[in-house]
Amino acid sequence: MSAPSRRRFATPLDFERGQVELSHGSGGRAMAQLIEELFAAAFRNPWLDQRNDQACLELPPGRIAMTTDSYVVSPLFFPGGDIGSLAVHGTVNDLAMAGARPLHLSAGFILEAGFPLAELRRIVESMARAARAAGVTIVTGDTKVVEHGKGDGVFINTAGIGVIPEGIELSGDRARPGDGVLLSGSLGDHGVAVMAQRSGLEFETALESDSAALHELVAVMVATAPGLRCLRDPTRGGLAATLNEIADQSGVGIRLWETAIPVKPPVAAVCELLGLDPLYVANEGKLVAICPPEDVDRLLAAMRAHPLGAAAALVGTVREDAHHFVTMETRLGGQRMVDWLSGEQLPRIC
Amino acid sequence: MKYIDEFRDGAAARGLARQLAVEIQPDREYRLMEFCGGHTHAIYRYGVQDLLPAGIRMIHGPGCPVCVLPVGRLDMALDLATRPNVTLCSYGDMLRVPGSGGQSLLRAKAAGAEIRMIYSAAEALELARRHSEREVVFFAIGFETTTPPTALVIQQAAALDLPNFSVFCNHVLTPPAIVHLLDSPEARELDAVAIDGFLGPAHVSVVIGSRPYEAFASGYHKPVVIAGFEPLDVMQSILMLVRQLNEGRAEVENQYTRAVTRDGNAKAQRLVAEILEPRSVFEWRGLGPVPRSALQIRAPYARFDAERRFALEPRTVPDHRACQCGAVLRGAIKPTDCKVFGTACTPETPLGACMVSAEGACAAYYSYGRYQEAA
Repeated sequence: MSAPSRRRFATPLDFERGQVELSHGSGGRAMAQLIEELFAAAFRNPWLDQRNDQACLELPPGRIAMTTDSYVVSPLFFPGGDIGSLAVHGTVNDLAMAGARPLHLSAGFILEAGFPLAELRRIVESMARAARAAGVTIVTGDTKVVEHGKGDGVFINTAGIGVIPEGIELSGDRARPGDGVLLSGSLGDHGVAVMAQRSGLEFETALESDSAALHELVAVMVATAPGLRCLRDPTRGGLAATLNEIADQSGVGIRLWETAIPVKPPVAAVCELLGLDPLYVANEGKLVAICPPEDVDRLLAAMRAHPLGAAAALVGTVREDAHHFVTMETRLGGQRMVDWLSGEQLPRIC
Repeated sequence: MKYIDEFRDGAAARGLARQLAVEIQPDREYRLMEFCGGHTHAIYRYGVQDLLPAGIRMIHGPGCPVCVLPVGRLDMALDLATRPNVTLCSYGDMLRVPGSGGQSLLRAKAAGAEIRMIYSAAEALELARRHSEREVVFFAIGFETTTPPTALVIQQAAALDLPNFSVFCNHVLTPPAIVHLLDSPEARELDAVAIDGFLGPAHVSVVIGSRPYEAFASGYHKPVVIAGFEPLDVMQSILMLVRQLNEGRAEVENQYTRAVTRDGNAKAQRLVAEILEPRSVFEWRGLGPVPRSALQIRAPYARFDAERRFALEPRTVPDHRACQCGAVLRGAIKPTDCKVFGTACTPETPLGACMVSAEGACAAYYSYGRYQEAA
């Protein structure tokens, strides 16, 4: 975007008192102004500056990983993040779980008429910061505006592409009996931080969402343990859903040890009060790794040496099981199933 | 977590398990009913059953408020929810329970009915205050534990003279249900359940005390132990029941001394008695009509009674034909004995309430205990 183009608009957008209007999505001058003064200014990069309807990219060699995710979290701002940073981290992490180096994102915004421009700017700037910190560029985008009452402020969709370095083969169908199940840190921080912000549930906790981009941790892990079988981030449905997916894909059972699973005391306390199980609460900055038994110690040490894996733990093992059950040895010394989540535990947390 | 972790300690649990193994008489079966679904879930969620000696058989009781509410009462709530201008406030568990024709509050909500999931009675009252243009109805369910908050919001609504708030009252009582399990000709005709002793729900007794079980324990010669909901509470209570049975005693004992007294919470009892009164009879899923086993809103507060305000007709609707929730709730069969358990009836497609509720025995078996059947 070149400097003179800024003068095309008589008055700049009012980021203090202004609101999103239907015209901001209608393809006319108002939309051009919103894109120029907000999105292009915040996300700035050569591809976006070309102002084409698509970004034309040259990618380094390797297989391409591609993913997409939509973000509808409520509330839009929560301790430790907001819908903007979440929309970057979530998509970056989905790429990273294939071992890919995330490169570029797209960003689609569905805005509700009447939404304050000041909040939209906060979100967009947070998104830009998260993207810069993760080393990815937002190279193309889209804006739509729906009538007041037909949305909930802001919905964001991001798609992402990344490149998988030669020789890396991670997939949910590669878990084998005897493999170790590693978790990069404590469970439930994101879901509980978001829940604690909701009206009617005012908890006085200092809890923050764990929302973070995990690709650098993944790069360390992949370098340390080339035999790594599978990575996955336990977002919606929590650890329970993630492990059930892997057990199904790989045709194995998984046994967890309850005493080995890290849960922060305030998270455990809020879960206790609300009748939630931390195993089912969403995370946005954690990953599960399955690796051959001989790699467990080395991988765990490497994870713990990284700030995002400081509390990493070996939490279970892969077993033969024709039913593909995920079970857990309870701290009491008994057993239980860790089944798929049924219904919804916490709606709209990502 | 302080005050919680101590009651989930593995070493203490193994100690209690060893003690039980020593004290049970080898030639005897101890058939113990945990009345409350909260206990059923604690047993399965923490794997307590794996620590119990084989001679102890836990029988799951009807203490799940969502489960015992018959289809007819749910249909009445659905009727309310689909009336124009009504906002129905419900606890979350109730939303997925199937009513007549597979309808549920969740489906009604998806089709446009104004149904709000709430965590407390106070939220419903607050909603009524903020939305004076809507008729806000609180779908009140639960045993004695959740009754005082319902009585309180009715009292507050009266003090505020709120014109748009009412309560669809479905509160039920624990002691009459326990008596009915042993006593009613219907229950005995349906299936003879031999029960040697009862774990009583501690949260109920925080309110009503342990005294209401005394006549029952001596009259029917069945020991009752008021038990907390943490896994070690449950195990210790089982040990207390075993000791009573071994010694031929049938007393009411209180394991949950950290919150339960013999007389309970007098203030809460007075509040409930001022606002609510026993119904002559109330239908329970599984138990049928049980005399004086539920509460209704007293006449001076009639304007807050949704049944009167909306002229709701009582109705009796049979359970789904294949569903054996009734027998499960009486403790007559195990969830896995039901023909549709885990096949036609799962948490995703429940045919009966026991598969829905966080306190339902079928949900506990399915979510936590299914590995046993597969083993």
